Amino acid sequence: MTTAPVDLKHTAPFVADWTALDGQLNGAQPGFVKALRRAGIERFQALGFPTPRQEAWRLTNVAPIAGTAFHRPAAAPAGIGPEDIRPYVYDGCARLVFLDGHFAPALSDMAGLPAGVTASSLADAIRAQPALVEAHLARHAGLDHPFVALNTAFVRDGAFVHVPRGTVVETPILVLFATTAAAAPTVTYPRLLVVAEAASQATVIEAYAGLAERAYLTCPVTEVVVGAGAVVDHYKVQKESVAAYHVATQQIHQDRDSTFDSHAVLTGGGLVRNDVRTVLDGEGGHCTLNGLYVVTGAQHVDNQMLVEHARPHCTSFELYKGILDGRSRSVFNGRIHVHPGAQKTDAVQANRNLILSAHAIAHSNPQLEIFADDVRCTHGSTVGELDDDAVFYLRSRGIGADAARSILTYAFASDIVDRIKVPAVRTDLAAFLFDRLPRGEVVREAV
Amino acid sequence: MTHSEPLLEIHDLHAGIDGTPILKGVDLTVMPGEVHAIMGPNGSGKSTLAQVLAGREEYAVTGGTVRYRGEDLLEMEPEIRAREGVFLAFQYPVEIPGVSNTYFLKAALNAIRKHRGEKELDAVAFLNLIKAKMKLVKMDESLVKRTLNEGFSGGEKKRNEIFHMAVLEPRLAILDETDSGLDIDALRVVADGVNALRAPDRGFVVITHYQRLLEYIVPDVVHVLVDGRIVRSGGKELALELEAQGYGWAEDQSADALAAPGRERTTA
Ligand SMILES: Nc1ncnc2c1ncn2[C@@H]1O[C@H](COP(=O)(O)OP(=O)(O)O)[C@@H](O)[C@H]1O
Ligand SMILES: [Mg+2]
Repeated sequence: MTTAPVDLKHTAPFVADWTALDGQLNGAQPGFVKALRRAGIERFQALGFPTPRQEAWRLTNVAPIAGTAFHRPAAAPAGIGPEDIRPYVYDGCARLVFLDGHFAPALSDMAGLPAGVTASSLADAIRAQPALVEAHLARHAGLDHPFVALNTAFVRDGAFVHVPRGTVVETPILVLFATTAAAAPTVTYPRLLVVAEAASQATVIEAYAGLAERAYLTCPVTEVVVGAGAVVDHYKVQKESVAAYHVATQQIHQDRDSTFDSHAVLTGGGLVRNDVRTVLDGEGGHCTLNGLYVVTGAQHVDNQMLVEHARPHCTSFELYKGILDGRSRSVFNGRIHVHPGAQKTDAVQANRNLILSAHAIAHSNPQLEIFADDVRCTHGSTVGELDDDAVFYLRSRGIGADAARSILTYAFASDIVDRIKVPAVRTDLAAFLFDRLPRGEVVREAV
Repeated sequence: MTHSEPLLEIHDLHAGIDGTPILKGVDLTVMPGEVHAIMGPNGSGKSTLAQVLAGREEYAVTGGTVRYRGEDLLEMEPEIRAREGVFLAFQYPVEIPGVSNTYFLKAALNAIRKHRGEKELDAVAFLNLIKAKMKLVKMDESLVKRTLNEGFSGGEKKRNEIFHMAVLEPRLAILDETDSGLDIDALRVVADGVNALRAPDRGFVVITHYQRLLEYIVPDVVHVLVDGRIVRSGGKELALELEAQGYGWAEDQSADALAAPGRERTTA
């Protein structure tokens, strides 16, 4: 087969949009950002959109994305107030809000953060602390991923969180990227950069919301840099419109003795892809990657996990659970790569899927690549239905059939729910499940 | 309800699974206030009978009738049977991770109360109730608070079944080998739980392997189930006889089981 002509890669509209933006920015950005954007678009143009012939995209076809003419909103929409975003924000958090990719200062509130901590728009940070941003931005999320390249090509704004050495931030920081109701399909390229210096501590909640049930594309890239001995609690709450495309990459870099705990709650989106990659790049690091996807109808959610154990004595724990109803599809690919010399690695991975409908399908694939000899790696994946014996047991005590099934479904998810440390996020997920499950009012009482 | 109306009336019940017959014509009548013991060798169909009465859909009922307080029990969904007062203590209680023993029981009790037109219990009233019941069956508070049967020992599971029974206060309780695998202390707890619930309007079907339990729960009638049929019924001395002689004779009899009357007793 010969190389596909460029136009078959569907990159042309994106390149044209890039050229328009580049002319518009016309020197407004520092040279390093300009260089990143250029590298991004060149790489994207060379790679094109992935096809199912590529192993990593075998079960997730992004042709509908490549085939849609997206429009990038030029400014934040008018008329969006606090009530509109209320369902997506959490009490007790500082917050940065972005509407259609643009920072919305009026909806944001950074009060109460300790001195020295930065939580601002990325554009502001690039102006105020260019050297700090340059030291980290796009240093971790590699451009070999076409959607990372695409996001990087459009780096302009986003969120920046910086916690100086030794500083503990008690207040969780919420970063909300909301897409409003434009008539034509829109695209946003959210960018989140979190830098937690040595011995610091912070909680960051990354949230995505669709304010209307429309088709649009969200293409985020998150980079989290966890310094030596630092502790970062990370949440991703994805509540996109069920008509939306969400193709995200989350790249974590961990220094020695650092802890990164992440919980993903994925309930929205029509076509969802998350690449979650962590590099344990210092001895004694630990990461937890937990997730729950709850999908129905024609939703498709694909989680591609990569934990790289690059140094000895690191531990990683992954538990992703899925609840699939309707004709939904899930893909879980759990790659663990243990580098030569990463002795005493302890990696645990599990993916458990509960299928509620005869038409839903869950794909689960552990992928262990171990190049050190003194390691412990365990993995397990299951795809199953509700246990008839358990359903009957509950019914025999007077619980109705629907309620019994719902109680057991909730119970399946409960260990993920219970591990969420931010009360508002935990309560929000529980409320979602009570609302989604038939006879949720009985479940609420029974768990 | 008058005392002359049976609590449970099983007539010529046939049931099986995947086309294999297991129950081959069971007759059994339980009057309010009575305790019936069912004994029989392994595989004779005791659990099948219990599960069919509780409404397990896996078993196909191929013939006969079951009336509960005059109504067709087989027509009712399992949860409706429970709400109408039928309780089954499982031979093998199911472990259900993620479901709290207490909260689940509250939901179950309130579903039953609602069905009966009674007011649902609030958290405080429920807590007071279960405290009293915990004492009754000597349940440890830690077990009550734990996840439903998860990590419970065999004995703890059985005790938890009796705890559920005590809280739900059924009209007809079916205990499927609740005594198996229990030490004497746990056995006493189970028996005390049953005895405390004995009442003129309540009936019990106690399935057991061992005569020992019947020293503590004195039955009105003992039945012997062999190969899907009740081959003998009698007073509590029948249990002693079985213990002494084993089921050999009963199994011989099952060949010409038609000669063995399912109900040779008369009920007052
Ligand atoms: N779910 C089932 N599937 C297949 N066979 C069953 C099932 N339940 C019971 N049986 C069969 O029916 C017979 C009676 O079983 P059971 O009612 O459990 O006996 P008991 O409780 O008296 O030991 C046995 O031969 C058993 O193997
Ligand atoms: Mg049995």
